[in-house]
Amino acid sequence: MQDLKEIQRKIYPPMVEGDHNYGSVTDKISDITLKKRTPFGWFIGFGIAFLVAQSLLFTAIYLVTTGVGIWGNNQPVDWAFPIINFVWWIGIGHAGTLISAILLLMNQKWRTSINRFAEAMTLFAVACAGMFPVLHTGRPWLAYWLLPYPNTMGMWPQFRSPLMWDVFAVSTYATVSLLFWYVGLIPDLATLRDRAKNKYFKVVYGLLSWGWRGSARHWHRYEIAYLLLAGLSTPLVLSVHSIVSLDFSVAQLPGWHATIFPPYFVAGAIFAGFAMVLILTIPLRVWYNMKDLITDTHLVYMGKVMLATGMIVVYGYAMEAFFAWYSGAQYEVFMMYNRMWDGPYWWSYWLLILCNGISIQFLWFKRFRESAFWLFIISVVVSVGMWLERFVIIVTSLQRDFLPSSWGMYAPTMFDWSMYIGTIGFFFALIFLFVRMLPVISIFEVRALLPDAEVDHHVKDQKAVEGAVEG
Amino acid sequence: MAQLFHRGANNIAKASMALVIVLGGVVYFAYSQIARSSYLTNRYLERPQPVQFSHKHHVGDDGIDCRYCHTSVETAASAGIPPTQTCMNCHNQLWAETPYLEPVRASYRDNKPILWERVHDLPGFVYFNHSIHVAKGVGCSTCHGAVDTMPAVYQENTLQMEWCTSCHKNPEAFIRPKSEIYNMSWKDSNLTAEERANLKKEYKIRSREMLTSCSICHR
Repeated sequence: MQDLKEIQRKIYPPMVEGDHNYGSVTDKISDITLKKRTPFGWFIGFGIAFLVAQSLLFTAIYLVTTGVGIWGNNQPVDWAFPIINFVWWIGIGHAGTLISAILLLMNQKWRTSINRFAEAMTLFAVACAGMFPVLHTGRPWLAYWLLPYPNTMGMWPQFRSPLMWDVFAVSTYATVSLLFWYVGLIPDLATLRDRAKNKYFKVVYGLLSWGWRGSARHWHRYEIAYLLLAGLSTPLVLSVHSIVSLDFSVAQLPGWHATIFPPYFVAGAIFAGFAMVLILTIPLRVWYNMKDLITDTHLVYMGKVMLATGMIVVYGYAMEAFFAWYSGAQYEVFMMYNRMWDGPYWWSYWLLILCNGISIQFLWFKRFRESAFWLFIISVVVSVGMWLERFVIIVTSLQRDFLPSSWGMYAPTMFDWSMYIGTIGFFFALIFLFVRMLPVISIFEVRALLPDAEVDHHVKDQKAVEGAVEG
Repeated sequence: MAQLFHRGANNIAKASMALVIVLGGVVYFAYSQIARSSYLTNRYLERPQPVQFSHKHHVGDDGIDCRYCHTSVETAASAGIPPTQTCMNCHNQLWAETPYLEPVRASYRDNKPILWERVHDLPGFVYFNHSIHVAKGVGCSTCHGAVDTMPAVYQENTLQMEWCTSCHKNPEAFIRPKSEIYNMSWKDSNLTAEERANLKKEYKIRSREMLTSCSICHR
């Protein structure tokens, strides 16, 4: 009997560890927001992130008052940091949608304790991503021209342009992600409303929870809405980054014009996204002492997803090189040769292979996969690698195109960097605010994972259940 | 636990959803009206000029042809604003002493052009060409209105891009015989649709795709 339990535990590791019941889970998660004093470390972390975010503000102001000439992009590399960073951020968001939608539909229980902040991460990453194309227009107050709205010009935007598809893909993605996140938050916001002592917090959480009382009808509607939104988000996991990749592959430029781009970009996005989820999860569960809710099993699973998607990306790199050789087209062959050996940016290619190809091979080994420290290090390396991937694709393809007379070099300016680093600060500042003000883990979904939630299980702690019902 | 909100709050929540739709409609309607209003387009605005030259008098009453003053309308991008000398062709004999025309005589004496206030002002990024429009059968009044009835010329149309493209998308609705170009009282209904379609062929007016491509007007 004991052996059987051991085996069961091995096949289906528990997603909540420790001796938890309904009440204790609710206490643990809601207390971060409501009861505990804000840890001193939070102020330091938020302060640093907020200060770094100021460099985004100053760069944006300088950019708008001066012009996009403050950046390094110029002929022939017109698309440089703005699009590299845009694709990088959009990619990071994908893990959130995958975790919340696809893993939900596939009944993967391990999504439950990480989906909330993975979705928040998606939203913040999309916010960072969106700033780049909008500011790259040079006149962000006219960015609404990208939308097809009835206007006095009698004109629609160019629907045949993949940049236009981007506008729809990204705005749909942002809207659905926001709705999904918010709908999932409503029952927990109601819990916070009921538990808050401060009158103003009560009102704010009360407004946000839209009169949720947890009646059977509420839950019925909630489940339907959540499932529908999951269904809507699922194609978005694939479509958004496919369309982002079409920005490149629709062009005829060697290095961009490749049919492998959409799946290869989607895998890269999920790869980068899981790396970012790990970067956020590993410190979070230590700082807030939540190893019982975000268990080592979660980290191992995420490591495995990273390995799988990472290997797809490596396959993509191999195929890019193979296609270039197998096509026999002199421009393609030259592009690849230039990218890997002969060009001025050859080092960026090999750095990319090192970061995305070599580093993840360690994940085959249990020792690395089960060590939070190594997972964190590999995730940081992968995040750098995924940024380099976009750098390699964009810069090395553009700087040597068909005509030697139009060849050139690219170097980012100080303002390229200050804007990029500024968005990272902005992202982390939002994450810090989120952790402070909203439940970072879905309270009611974790409660459903407990043994108490199993229908036929004997209720062992009557008091705790009553406590949870009262809120 | 005490109620946090009054039970009427649910109705407010529901009403707010309806309000968003209604408010959206109102904002859209207001926007579409204001964006096309004469307040923003200067349509129908009569501007003070150094001399209140009346097109109604010179064209309508006296029957002077447009080309007498706007000499380059058939050959150049600009129709041309006449020099003071053109005015003086008549006004050194007619009303030669009237104080009303003193600015004209002063301009002639001092060889300094009269600084007319521009009425039809297209943005600098639009390359409008009068001669091609005249050559393809677009009459003056199609764009400028019945100038022979205007004591002070005003802008008859919005000059917004949707107005330009309404004709560029469907030119055969607006063209007329070459002999009627300068006819101020011409109506599009003077010709049948078939006759206008034939004219389009005769003038070799290019396809809708060509006429609405960006570089036709923006170069």
